[in-house]
Amino acid sequence: MADDLTELKTTVLNDLHHAQGAKMVGFAGYEMPVQYKLGVLKEHLHTRASAGLFDVSHMGQVILRGPDVARALEALVPVDVIGLAEGRQRYALFTNDAGGIEDDLMIANRGDHLFLVVNAACKHADVARMRAALEPQGITVKMLENRALVALQGPAAEDVLAEHCPDVREMKFMDVATLPIAGAECWISRSGYTGEDGFEISVPNAAAMDLAKSLLGDARVEAIGLGARDSLRLEAGLCLYGQDLDTDTTPIAAGLGWAISKARRTDGARAGGFPGDTRILSEMAEGTALKRVGLRPEGRAPLRAGVVLFDAEEGGSEMGTVTSGGFGPSVEGPVSMGYVPRAQASEGTTLWAELRGKRVPVRVAKLPFVPAGFKR
Amino acid sequence: MKFTEEHEWLEIEDDLVVVGITTHAAEQLGDIVFVELPDEGREVTKDEEVVVIESVKAASDILAPLDGEIVEVNESIVADPGKVNEDPEGDAWFFKMKIEDLSVLDELMDEKAYKAFIS
Repeated sequence: MADDLTELKTTVLNDLHHAQGAKMVGFAGYEMPVQYKLGVLKEHLHTRASAGLFDVSHMGQVILRGPDVARALEALVPVDVIGLAEGRQRYALFTNDAGGIEDDLMIANRGDHLFLVVNAACKHADVARMRAALEPQGITVKMLENRALVALQGPAAEDVLAEHCPDVREMKFMDVATLPIAGAECWISRSGYTGEDGFEISVPNAAAMDLAKSLLGDARVEAIGLGARDSLRLEAGLCLYGQDLDTDTTPIAAGLGWAISKARRTDGARAGGFPGDTRILSEMAEGTALKRVGLRPEGRAPLRAGVVLFDAEEGGSEMGTVTSGGFGPSVEGPVSMGYVPRAQASEGTTLWAELRGKRVPVRVAKLPFVPAGFKR
Repeated sequence: MKFTEEHEWLEIEDDLVVVGITTHAAEQLGDIVFVELPDEGREVTKDEEVVVIESVKAASDILAPLDGEIVEVNESIVADPGKVNEDPEGDAWFFKMKIEDLSVLDELMDEKAYKAFIS
């Protein structure tokens, strides 16, 4: 039952997780807390009501530095990097030649360099891809091993963090800034992956433990594990790479057309010029066969990844598959996301999910399942 | 109270066997969000899947601990699955069974043996 944790890497906050009574699991090669004593349900609700602290140090923090680095990176992502102002961050995707998604990431313009945060499971492949493409142009690609990354998320996040660093009050959604906390140089962004307002804080390894402890010392803050991180992002309608996004899924099918910057679209100032551009831009105009949708199952049974969807209560044809699903503590019911044909993708359409040999009615629903609390 | 290796507890009450899951099992499962109980009157055989529970993490089956008939189920845990985490060895029992020979319970683990089993 217990995962073999012996071969796993640890983050600098590992001792703190154990001291907080975390249940540890293997995730993307790291021993990570799936939940603490509070449990997934209460951790989720606490984050939506107050503030939660997440250790996301397993994610890749990468610095790109060199001549015309923004233009060079644009060859790998369908995003306007050149137009990204200093002190701002943007969501991006690494696409492949077939138009599929290799990873999703954040790109921040930190003045004389770009700072990227990529998924843990993809980080080595991402770095290899960037090195192959960018190093010949004199750009250095450096994965940071000397910094931890924590996320403070929830409606109380601003008030909590402002006690350590008042300047964070001035930051808006997707702003990035270099600010000191207890003497340590922190790289802070106003972002996260829970649907709540909050911050992601890159902190030197040596200062990470003190920062985490002092944030957890605030009565408004609880430590939150990967279990609640997953249910929070699911309710927020956010994709998990490896489940909702993969190398065969295009950004348009995934409903991420908004992430393709205007400058990179057909008729944009720098149209195309990223892997899979022909397919992705034609899908942007024509649509895709399958689309990612929100799904609300009837009743209380959660429909998890892999559950097959049909167009009839009995017999019928296979319509699609659930890619993420579970119980939504804030919704107080089951929520899922999945891919269905365009004709079945409109809100209110009823489909049937096959669960333990029975067909359960499922309604195509609007995403996100809970309204976002971002501070725009 | 008697225990199975499937982490169920059994208790005799008015010639019926009350069945639930142990505190240890509830802790391992995490927050329970869905319970599906069998129909009352269903004849079951030992190790048949009779209950489905879903926690925030995964789905699990509860097996019939003995041959017999399901005579009563606890609808209150269907309405409020969180009760299973709050009071697994009390109010949050799953179902009551009628079995022919109550002496078969003697072969099951007592509390001491179960504690050793899970340690």
